[in-house]
Amino acid sequence: MTTLQVVSLAVSVAILVAAVDMLRRRRLREKYAVLWLLVGVGQLALGLFPSLLDVVAGALGIADPPNLLAFGGIVFLLGVTAHLSWEASNLEDETRTLAEEVAMLRVQVEDLAERTPGRTG
Amino acid sequence: MSARRVMVVIPAFNEQACIAEVVAEVRDRLPDATVVVVDDGSTDRTRAVADAAGATVLSLPFNLGVGGALRLGLRYGQRTGHDAVVQVDGDGQHDPAAVAGMVARLDECDIVVGARFAGEGDYTVRGPRRWAMVLLAAVVGRMAGTELTDVTSGFRAFGPRAMVLLGQTLPTEYLGDTIDALVVSSRAGLVVRQEAVVMRPRQGGVPSQSPYRAALYLARAGLALVLAFARRETLPDLGPAPWEQRTQTTVGSP
Repeated sequence: MTTLQVVSLAVSVAILVAAVDMLRRRRLREKYAVLWLLVGVGQLALGLFPSLLDVVAGALGIADPPNLLAFGGIVFLLGVTAHLSWEASNLEDETRTLAEEVAMLRVQVEDLAERTPGRTG
Repeated sequence: MSARRVMVVIPAFNEQACIAEVVAEVRDRLPDATVVVVDDGSTDRTRAVADAAGATVLSLPFNLGVGGALRLGLRYGQRTGHDAVVQVDGDGQHDPAAVAGMVARLDECDIVVGARFAGEGDYTVRGPRRWAMVLLAAVVGRMAGTELTDVTSGFRAFGPRAMVLLGQTLPTEYLGDTIDALVVSSRAGLVVRQEAVVMRPRQGGVPSQSPYRAALYLARAGLALVLAFARRETLPDLGPAPWEQRTQTTVGSP
């Protein structure tokens, strides 16, 4: 086993352990974890069988196999950022809705407090 | 048992077609229970219809999923001084006639799962979905130390300790509200039992049965199960079982 293989395996195991541990402690939700688990497993496979890269690159018509790795990495990171942007938009939407709800509840509570004698809002 | 204050919680997402009938039936069968509909961000007239039918309606400003809706119901039940929360589906699948029997069993356990049995009622499941349900039931039942045949049932009664635990920890993840909830409860030392109930066919909506969806369900159920068992969060101390406390008080009092 080459040094590169050992390093690659160590990194993939670290990714898997970190993702699983955060899942167990509920610090990471299932929908975010799936991507990271896939990356960890993919890298683990590549670390164990480096020739896999050549086979896949050949099948896709990529002359220089390491380019496949760079390409795959970029596509994955693009996917992650797109997903996070989507989630952030959702969260902003929900925060706005909550703020509106709070504003409406506040005026309703103040209204009730004014109508209740002996209490101050 | 007679003094128990029961809240029936009906999570509802766009259920305007059936919700009035479900609320009316629950009120008819259980005149002393508080009936709460958790409107889970519906975009139809669910809120107005449930309100008109006489239920207390908690409206979530956006959709949180069954887990989120149920957790709100459990917390609201605690805050309003109820000792039991019963979850009933908003689509008319669950027969409210079974609720009283389920609540009575809370005298000896923390969670009662209303379980569909093969051959009873019109409820049939086939293929990968069926295998997933059998496998899940076997594994979760083993952990809970009791026979369970239907762990994904959304027809359940929760006692005071379960209300506290799940009011804090109920996950919003897919299937987390059923499988994960039962596994967490067992790990926290709660007693889970099941009660045979007959399910009725859904009065609205179409059940998803394509092979692709069934396979996806199997995969996600497996993941949910693995996750549930791998969890290592700190659980709150829930104290002794209420039924044991009751015995102690009876013995100790003059």
